[in-house]
Amino acid sequence: MDFRPTDEQQMIIETVRRFVREEILPLEADLDPDSGVLAPEDHARLVALTKQMGFYGLDIPEEFGGPGLDTTTRALMAMEMSQHRAGLYNPCYDTFGGAGLAQLYEANDDQKERYLYPALRGEKKGCFALTEPSGGSDPARAIQTRAHQDGDQWVINGAKLYISGADKADFALVFARTSDDPGRNGVTAFIVDTDTPGFNVRRVVHTLRSTRYATEISFDEMRVDGKQILGELNRGFGIANDRLNRQRIPYAAGCLGVAIKAQEMAIDWAKSRETFGGPLAEKQAVQWMLVDNEIDIRHARWAILEAAQRADRNERFRTEAAMAKLVATEGAGRVVDRAMQIHGGLGMTKDLPLERWYRELRIRRVGEGPSEVQRLIMARELLGGSYK
Amino acid sequence: MTIRMTKPLQALTGDAIDRLPAQLGVYEIADRDGRTLFLGYAGGLEPFGLQTALRREIDRPGAAQFRLEYTSGYLTRWEELLMVYLADHGSLPPANVDQTTKIGRLSPG
Repeated sequence: MDFRPTDEQQMIIETVRRFVREEILPLEADLDPDSGVLAPEDHARLVALTKQMGFYGLDIPEEFGGPGLDTTTRALMAMEMSQHRAGLYNPCYDTFGGAGLAQLYEANDDQKERYLYPALRGEKKGCFALTEPSGGSDPARAIQTRAHQDGDQWVINGAKLYISGADKADFALVFARTSDDPGRNGVTAFIVDTDTPGFNVRRVVHTLRSTRYATEISFDEMRVDGKQILGELNRGFGIANDRLNRQRIPYAAGCLGVAIKAQEMAIDWAKSRETFGGPLAEKQAVQWMLVDNEIDIRHARWAILEAAQRADRNERFRTEAAMAKLVATEGAGRVVDRAMQIHGGLGMTKDLPLERWYRELRIRRVGEGPSEVQRLIMARELLGGSYK
Repeated sequence: MTIRMTKPLQALTGDAIDRLPAQLGVYEIADRDGRTLFLGYAGGLEPFGLQTALRREIDRPGAAQFRLEYTSGYLTRWEELLMVYLADHGSLPPANVDQTTKIGRLSPG
């Protein structure tokens, strides 16, 4: 398997690398170390630049006006875009645009006009309301939010937890149980305007993450028109699974980018910091930490690129995406931890980005499906057929 | 932690600020009658955390009292406080109205 980037991919990598170095890092140096936003005028200028570069709306499918990148190129870009302090959760401060909610690409024409296209133009924001207080790893069975039909309308009652962006969203994709089936076949997806009476954002859920906080929301006798159902009744759970699997790959690549940057910092520091009559880099204990970092980094890189290449060849990549997510999130956590150890006291401070990455990477082992669920996905495929 | 700041307001004086630890956190500035003027935070750029931020606030017109919370999650807590204030009063505190951060909607009940 050849993991070398093509000439075109190499050019894109270098372009993004330059963008981070010349545009993002100078602005970030003046921001609060926990910040996730640029000044509006800086953001607007950089968005104009990414549009000019042809990279705005990276995750928008080509048929909807996106740049039409394959998954491998997208992953390579993600590895570069996260290499700054806020890069894990705010890669390049969102100046490359978002894709809206992947599920909306499966919406009907009327819903696309009202939600998808405005989201792609940056006029509306959506949030994804799936996880509930009853659990997040097995949402199909954990969902207790219920919707019952009343004429042409559905009345929704329940609560959702750890929902990012609900307080600023214009609409939410809400998953509710609409039949007595206790599993995935009883769940329907509704597109809900957040100004609908009964849609309440109850609180901010404070976590290790310093930006993109989560919220808790409740639905209290919230009435939604039947035309707001996304896809089919009781079939809301399987919507856009392929797109979601695909998104797991750049998610892993973002973690890897942070790990690469942390390793670069650790190597620079080890070469320049003198202790006991010589640089840290001459101490075997430090050399081994750097080598262990490199093993984690290369392992993650191979897993990510293998998953991406399978996706681009339209082969099954569910196991590979799960493995990439697991290896990258866990490996990057170890790399940043070792980089902090090599930096000593300085590594613990907000003077460097390491402490922020350390906190945020911990969330990555749980977000988008915890490591244990990724192992479950792999085990199912491993045991589900002949091992060849 | 309650969703609203509940500690009693205290006089905003140099002596009171000197007694504070140099930690990160959020704070409220109020006038003599207890009306909120400003909600702010002391982040990682402040050399002495809340001490530095509050010393600056002494010069704010009308500022007479303050209360604070220590937290390393100062940005999310600060946004939460602004959202709660907006939900309770229908507008932001007078000295926060021209900030550029978009404030979300909260129904704290």
